[in-house]
Amino acid sequence: MPSHKPLAPIEVRSYLFKKILLLSGIASVLFLVGMFITLVMQSSLAIQHMGASFIFGSIWDPVKDIYGALPFFLGTLISATLALLISIPFAFSLSIFLGEYLKEGILKTVLNSTLDVLAGIPSVIYGFWGLFVMTPVIRNFETAIGVTPHGVGILSASLILALMIIPYSASISREVIALVPQDLKEATFSLGSTRFELISKVILPYAKSGMFAGFLMSFGRAISETMAVTMLIGNSNKIPSSIFSPANTLASVIANEFAEASEALYLSSLMQLALVLFIITTVFGFVGRWVIKRWVVPV
Amino acid sequence: MKTASTLQTRLLKEICFKILIGCLSGLLLAPLLFILFYIVSKGFVALNWDFFTQLPKPVGMTGGGVANAIVGSLILVGVAAIVSVPFGVMVGLYLSENQAGRFSEVVRLCVDTLQGVPSIVMGIIAYTWIVLPMGSFSALSGGLALAFMMVPLITKSTEETLKLIPNSLKEASIALGVPYHTTLLKVILPAGRSGIMSGVLLGLARVSGETAPLLFTAFGNPFMSTSLFKSVNALPLIIFNYATSPYQDWQTIAWGASLLLVAFVLGLSILSKVVIKK
Repeated sequence: MPSHKPLAPIEVRSYLFKKILLLSGIASVLFLVGMFITLVMQSSLAIQHMGASFIFGSIWDPVKDIYGALPFFLGTLISATLALLISIPFAFSLSIFLGEYLKEGILKTVLNSTLDVLAGIPSVIYGFWGLFVMTPVIRNFETAIGVTPHGVGILSASLILALMIIPYSASISREVIALVPQDLKEATFSLGSTRFELISKVILPYAKSGMFAGFLMSFGRAISETMAVTMLIGNSNKIPSSIFSPANTLASVIANEFAEASEALYLSSLMQLALVLFIITTVFGFVGRWVIKRWVVPV
Repeated sequence: MKTASTLQTRLLKEICFKILIGCLSGLLLAPLLFILFYIVSKGFVALNWDFFTQLPKPVGMTGGGVANAIVGSLILVGVAAIVSVPFGVMVGLYLSENQAGRFSEVVRLCVDTLQGVPSIVMGIIAYTWIVLPMGSFSALSGGLALAFMMVPLITKSTEETLKLIPNSLKEASIALGVPYHTTLLKVILPAGRSGIMSGVLLGLARVSGETAPLLFTAFGNPFMSTSLFKSVNALPLIIFNYATSPYQDWQTIAWGASLLLVAFVLGLSILSKVVIKK
């Protein structure tokens, strides 16, 4: 049995230090839980008022106290999907190009640092650029094909979103491709295959679940992107009729209307939008990381 | 059964694929480089002495600068760093010390989730937690909103860095009779200093361009303010407000602010690479 000798001050300090570390871990968990609880509490008024019709209602009219978020769900879904579809071929070829064809040299350094720089440009500047350079082009295009020339709208927002997520999703794809074992590649070459055959028959089957996870995470990022979309999507609270029409996403409607929401119910409805956005992005993050953990990391 | 294709068709396919990949990459690079070029050329015109020293002027008056936004941005980023660095490093230290435990798995999950929380939601949280109780928009709330975004970034980079430090270093220190907390603070953390610093700088680079969390916290202010408890202006806010305004003078200033912000972000990320090379 241990004797009851008093602890030396140093041992106390070590013990305390361990507890402080544990406490900081607990604090970060509490922080996340607290965020969730705050959002739920703040949106409780709206949940009571609208119930399920919050999600399925197609009219968002703060003046008449009708809050249906369907237009924003659709706007978010369409703009993020479109952005993902536009970005996939580019992100894919960029990751193959950088990972397989361009092994070293100045061009690779230049490409990599350009991508780094672009990944660091704040979203509000992308929006600014899009507003000044892209919307006139889109407006001309819309006039040419005979739809109402808004300039801003889902298409503009999706194009800028695609540009913004490409560096991100390309870098995930590249990491996944880099996980393909070198001896597998060498074995394929030794059988006399071309590089195209190596990529299509060995690398892609090996890396596809990781790339899928990467695209999921890029999708999550496209959903949560706020400023560039707010500036380019045209801010209309109606259900979008085509990809040229102005719309709103969950994030952009919060950014637009939060400051002017003075009534409790209006504010609470916007809080509920934030809650939904929080849940959606969390789920996408979960699934993406789960796919990576489950299938990509070699056992 | 599929017939084997001849060598020529296989090589042809290879060449076509290579061209396709090259073209798509090139096609992508064009708009990206154009964005950079556009920001630099438009922004450079706006930069002059007044730009850095004057306050924003009302519509119709030419000139004016963004001095208050520069000061405000520095305050916000400073508050964010002071709050998030100690906390983020502690959580990172905890995770690297407890790599296998079940609770640390939960903490890791939470940190990953925090990293994915949209910036606008962080802004709303800071609004509810700080702006509402205090009764006014403030630099403090904006800085804390940015700190919320920085914590997971710093935690992640700290954990990654400390994982790479050989266990023998820690064992040697313990074997010499150095107590646990002194080992961590005086041996492990200094060994990972450059990695942690680089993570902090990258985190600063990330949050200094954030606009959405500041919309309902720092809010913006046309005057110079250095108080933590008053609303302040910030470079991203001034870009957003001026970019969406119809006045050409203001748009020019917004381009200047954009260039300044990009240069600031870029400078920080270059610095983070220099730090890690040392």
